[in-house]
Amino acid sequence: MPIFRAKVIVTLRSSVLDPAGEATKSAAKRLGIDGIKKMRIGKNIEIEIDAPDEKAAEKRLAILSDRLLANPVIEDWSIDLSLQSENTFGQN
Amino acid sequence: MTIGIVVFPGSNCDRDVKWALEGCLGISTKFLWHESRDLSGLDGVVLPGGFSYGDYLRCGAIARFAPVLESLNEFVERGGRVLGICNGFQVLTELGLLPGALTLNKDLNFLCKDVSLKIISSRSPWFNKFQTDKRISLPIAHGEGRYHCSEDTLKKLEDEDCIALRYLNNPNGSVSDIAGIINPKGNVLGLMPHPERSCDPNLGGIDGQSILKSFILN
Repeated sequence: MPIFRAKVIVTLRSSVLDPAGEATKSAAKRLGIDGIKKMRIGKNIEIEIDAPDEKAAEKRLAILSDRLLANPVIEDWSIDLSLQSENTFGQN
Repeated sequence: MTIGIVVFPGSNCDRDVKWALEGCLGISTKFLWHESRDLSGLDGVVLPGGFSYGDYLRCGAIARFAPVLESLNEFVERGGRVLGICNGFQVLTELGLLPGALTLNKDLNFLCKDVSLKIISSRSPWFNKFQTDKRISLPIAHGEGRYHCSEDTLKKLEDEDCIALRYLNNPNGSVSDIAGIINPKGNVLGLMPHPERSCDPNLGGIDGQSILKSFILN
């Protein structure tokens, strides 16, 4: 079964205040980095998943993201999916 | 009359709740380890404060899938009383038993102090011994207690008289100063303040007593 590699990015919804992002933005200014208008902190979750095809992998990851990795009340999520290997072990 | 106190790995107010219920109010309790599934014979359930499962991912996100909570929906539908304190409130929102979510305090501080609260709805068993607008004082201890919900949800909470408690001086940036909410039926209460830390007169206040006494009164 092919193995897919996914990155799920979880971000706070734009309507939700991100105090950690604001604090980091202030630190960036103190570091001397000018021009930063906005900074929002999210999560990056790396996953490897066995699935018969890309569509099946995406479907499972969407449920995972919506029900566990993110809380849709305050967070948005997106999935970046790529094929890692056609694992044919045991099928020769 | 027995009240179940859920113990997750990382709960740290479970024994405080036991002391408040048994030691101060004479209500018998039973600890429910997170892997147990049996809520039979219980008259109420407390989800105590702490850092369930290390608060990994998000507060309450992993606890929501604990075996002990599998039958909590059914327990609530049958009218059982459920009280979620602090981390327990976060778990109740993740479970969907209460709307909204709790996230990082506005000023990023972990807040540990007494706060003044106003009772907004006294229609539920938790607050029907109080008059609406009555002021009480309870301790808070949280880093992620900022209540957030959509405008539609807020309107629904107001229309259905589900806002139980508001902060008088909002310490964490919660929407509409919300400190605690109930479900429409009134048998589920989630709040960030700790009523169990305000039951023993030796600790400086007893305003939490009547909230916990609701388990045994109508």
